[in-house]
Amino acid sequence: MEAWFALLVGTFFTVAIYLLLSKSIIRVLLGVAILGNGVNLLIFTGGRLTRGVPPVIQEGADTLAGPAANALPQALILTAIVISFSFFAFLLVLAWRAYEDLSTDNTDEMRVAEPEEEPAPPLGY
Amino acid sequence: MDVAALTLLALSLPFVGALVAPLLTRLLGQNAAWILALFPAAIVLHFMRFWPEVSRGEVVTGGYEWIPSFNVSFSWLIDGLSLTFVLLIAGIGTLIVLYSGGYLKGHPQQGRFFSFILMFMGSMLGLVVSDSFLMLFVFWELTSITSFLLIGFDHSREAARRAALQALVVTGGGGLLLLAGLLVIWNVTGVTQLSLLMSFGPEMRASPFYLAALLLVLGGAFTKSAQFPFHFWLPNAMEAPTPVSAYLHSATMVKAGVYLLMRLNPVLGGTPEWQMLLPLFGGATLIIGAVLACRQTDLKLMLAYTTMASLGLLVMLTGLGFPHAIEAAALYLVAHSLFKGALFMVAGIIDHETGTRDVTKLGGLRSAMPLTFVIALAAAFSMGGLPPFFGFLAKEEIYYALPSLDRRAMVFAALAILGNALMFAVAFAVALKPFIGAKVETPKSAHEAPLLLWLGPALLAAKGLSAALLSNLTHELVSTPMATAIAGEPRKITISAIPDIGMPLVLSFATIALGIVCYLNLTRLRAFIATVLADIGWGPDRGFDQFMRGLVRFSAALTRRLQSGRLDVYMTVTFVLVAAVLLGAPLYYGELPRAPFFAGDVPLHELAIMAIAVIGLFAVVLAADRLTAIVSLGIQGFAVAVIFLLYGAPDLAFTQFMIETLSVVVLALVMTRLRLSPSDHRPLAQTVPDLTIALACGIGFGLMLLKVTGVPFDASLTDFFNHYSKTIAHGANVVNVIIVDFRGTDTLGEIAVVMVTGLAILSLVRLRAGSLRRIADNDPDAEGRA
Amino acid sequence: MRSVIFRAVAPFLTSLMVLFSIFVLLRGHNEPGGGFIGGLIAVSALAIYGIACGVETVRRAIYFHPMAIAGAGLFAATIAGLISIAARVPFMTGLWIYPSLLGVEVPLSTVTLFDCGVYLVVVGAISSIALSLEERGGE
Repeated sequence: MEAWFALLVGTFFTVAIYLLLSKSIIRVLLGVAILGNGVNLLIFTGGRLTRGVPPVIQEGADTLAGPAANALPQALILTAIVISFSFFAFLLVLAWRAYEDLSTDNTDEMRVAEPEEEPAPPLGY
Repeated sequence: MDVAALTLLALSLPFVGALVAPLLTRLLGQNAAWILALFPAAIVLHFMRFWPEVSRGEVVTGGYEWIPSFNVSFSWLIDGLSLTFVLLIAGIGTLIVLYSGGYLKGHPQQGRFFSFILMFMGSMLGLVVSDSFLMLFVFWELTSITSFLLIGFDHSREAARRAALQALVVTGGGGLLLLAGLLVIWNVTGVTQLSLLMSFGPEMRASPFYLAALLLVLGGAFTKSAQFPFHFWLPNAMEAPTPVSAYLHSATMVKAGVYLLMRLNPVLGGTPEWQMLLPLFGGATLIIGAVLACRQTDLKLMLAYTTMASLGLLVMLTGLGFPHAIEAAALYLVAHSLFKGALFMVAGIIDHETGTRDVTKLGGLRSAMPLTFVIALAAAFSMGGLPPFFGFLAKEEIYYALPSLDRRAMVFAALAILGNALMFAVAFAVALKPFIGAKVETPKSAHEAPLLLWLGPALLAAKGLSAALLSNLTHELVSTPMATAIAGEPRKITISAIPDIGMPLVLSFATIALGIVCYLNLTRLRAFIATVLADIGWGPDRGFDQFMRGLVRFSAALTRRLQSGRLDVYMTVTFVLVAAVLLGAPLYYGELPRAPFFAGDVPLHELAIMAIAVIGLFAVVLAADRLTAIVSLGIQGFAVAVIFLLYGAPDLAFTQFMIETLSVVVLALVMTRLRLSPSDHRPLAQTVPDLTIALACGIGFGLMLLKVTGVPFDASLTDFFNHYSKTIAHGANVVNVIIVDFRGTDTLGEIAVVMVTGLAILSLVRLRAGSLRRIADNDPDAEGRA
Repeated sequence: MRSVIFRAVAPFLTSLMVLFSIFVLLRGHNEPGGGFIGGLIAVSALAIYGIACGVETVRRAIYFHPMAIAGAGLFAATIAGLISIAARVPFMTGLWIYPSLLGVEVPLSTVTLFDCGVYLVVVGAISSIALSLEERGGE
């Protein structure tokens, strides 16, 4: 079963990185969103897979009876999902504002901070 | 309070003064100087209590723990050497504060100036009393920083900014060398305190790292004390207001290097290297400084170059190793601080009262400024080595130290005579020429200086006289303990203002005669030196400019190379490295996972979900319009949510469902605002490498996951949470308990991040169009308009 | 999107979803659920309401500025941690009390307060994002 997951995670990363290498800013963003899912799956699988049984302790018991899914990666991923969404939204808005200001979605043409013909630095004191 | 607490208080007093100075100056104007002068005066009074012990040759140490785990302490060492320095710094500091009150009267930033001066004073005091290496280094660099602030005080002028930066680069860089040198010494001897180091001289000199330590320490000392070829920052530092020149750049800070050499003389001194390097560089600095001083016409520059020459003389004497040389250095150091401080202040008075410092445009001031004339003459007599002033004693001792028998001594005796003669000429060119002769019209009509201005130089000049007349007392309290501390063994100084008939007196006469000849021919000498310098045409000062420009150009070129400004290049480099690590490391170490076994233990519906996720992924890549892209992104997200649900993670599944829903909504909202190229136009030449990199990374991550899942699982953390979730955290849902209880602080940070992104998005949405570019252009008005 | 049926149903749907979100938040400690999930459900509810009836209506309905809600949540979460310090145990240590309310024992804890803080931050911050974008979209 791990082999299938490795294949799936590999596909997620491949697609995400291919999109990240694009020059089109919106595709970079889609890549970021997919990369987040890929990483979550990677951590999830790394914590070992258990089918069906959520890590919830039964009524009356003090500890988990029998095998259950690993709770630790779930806790890590849960916050990661929310945070990656808020960052995704931030990047999205940033891209939109950049598009409004610069009228381009090509990262090669977004050269405000590092202009193509950068003037020589001042040599005085 | 005990002595230690009082000493700590005294050492922090200047910083307290620096804190209150701006406020006091706002309230009282220049008269704040009278109150602020009490701070250094109190320090003088406090440290005078150490005179009895120190004059008996004892060493007083004390201090507090600072970082005990690193064996770092805030501790001080008070012996003849540091006590003399403390009294010079605080004593002259008192007079300088008063003088600044008159000199910068009515200046809008006078309060800040007092603040800087007092901060410098505190740093310099800390430097000379430091016992621990780290404290020495910290205060050493603090003097560089405060000196930077003071030289650049008039920061609206480019020359001042350049001079300030130059001083900081040279002396601060030297400080780093010193740190390295101290670390070497610490490694060799294992001690971090100067007082303990003194007994490690033989070990240090025998160590194979001796030369490295010596060169590094000399690097620090020579830059600070403006030895050739690092001298150029000192004349440029004359851009500072005159009180600064008088205080930092003649009496105190530039002597820090000499102090260091004297302090380490018992440890590093006495070797052939020491006796070669110090006199060589010191002698060169003496002659070059004296010659360049003759060439100048600006009063302050003339004095600055003679300061450099005097520092050279001191370094030379410290390193010579002849009998009486150390004693001569001790005497000359004190004498120089007194007369040079006074002369600088006189130059400042002349500048302040007449409006010019050019010696060729001054003359006949004696009738207008008789008091200043007397002070100037007294200081010049001391500088020229004429009796009955303290400079004469120092000069006699120097000639005692140079017995004219062996060849090495004769060379240095000749150097000393030449240097002293030139300094004699400059001393009188500064102190005599502006006052005699016919009256010359000056930009301002000259008046006698006010009390605040003449009090300082008058007291210094008087001190130069009284120290010589009461030579026995001076020697007992100052010179003998100081020489003893430098030499590391008992020394005794007996010289007095009444000259002995002998060889030193003959040399003195020769010096004076030569000096008079030079004085009379100063104009001709000046023209000659100017011609020679014009022929050379290059100096370390220009070299500094070339160095700085080269540094800026090099950094700019390097930055441009490393930061192309193209996102796809950065991404490509990043992921090529990721792939190289992921694939290269397992290949190199032979740690590849076993061939994957696609077992049939995965039911069909799970495979179907995975297939849907993969279809969604490829649909995102191939999407021809944005609606397809959004929907496909949603498909892969929901597929992931289902996978979470199937594998016992309902919390994750619900979160993922909600997030995917919101992502689609948000994406749809933003995408409608963008006019995007419908599909991914990548030329084949770009698609192939991109795909290769992406595939390499994807395979790398897949292999890593296979390898990870192939090793036995360490369930100790999971077991811990499962075990204690209910019993101590009273929660049955282990995932939620981990989030809000076991790792609650972590979650607190995460919700703070969510909150900050919310704020950032809100402000981005509210920005008006066009404002991003203005902010990127560093337009200060951007915010106002946005 | 602004069909009559949708607009008529939206307020009820939203109220139900918000109620459900609070239920999910409170049961989170013992069953699947919790502050993050509950908050996200509430955000979806507000987003639906906003799409149906306009952002202004939503802003009026929730009365406070969304970021103020988020700020209150962060404050509550921090306070939940600080109470432990006041009780002389390390920061963020869970404290429980069981007051009897109308004869029923109600377990209250700093952990519950913390989870409510998480809920409020998620509701506030993410609904602020969604609402501000919807507002722009409607221009």
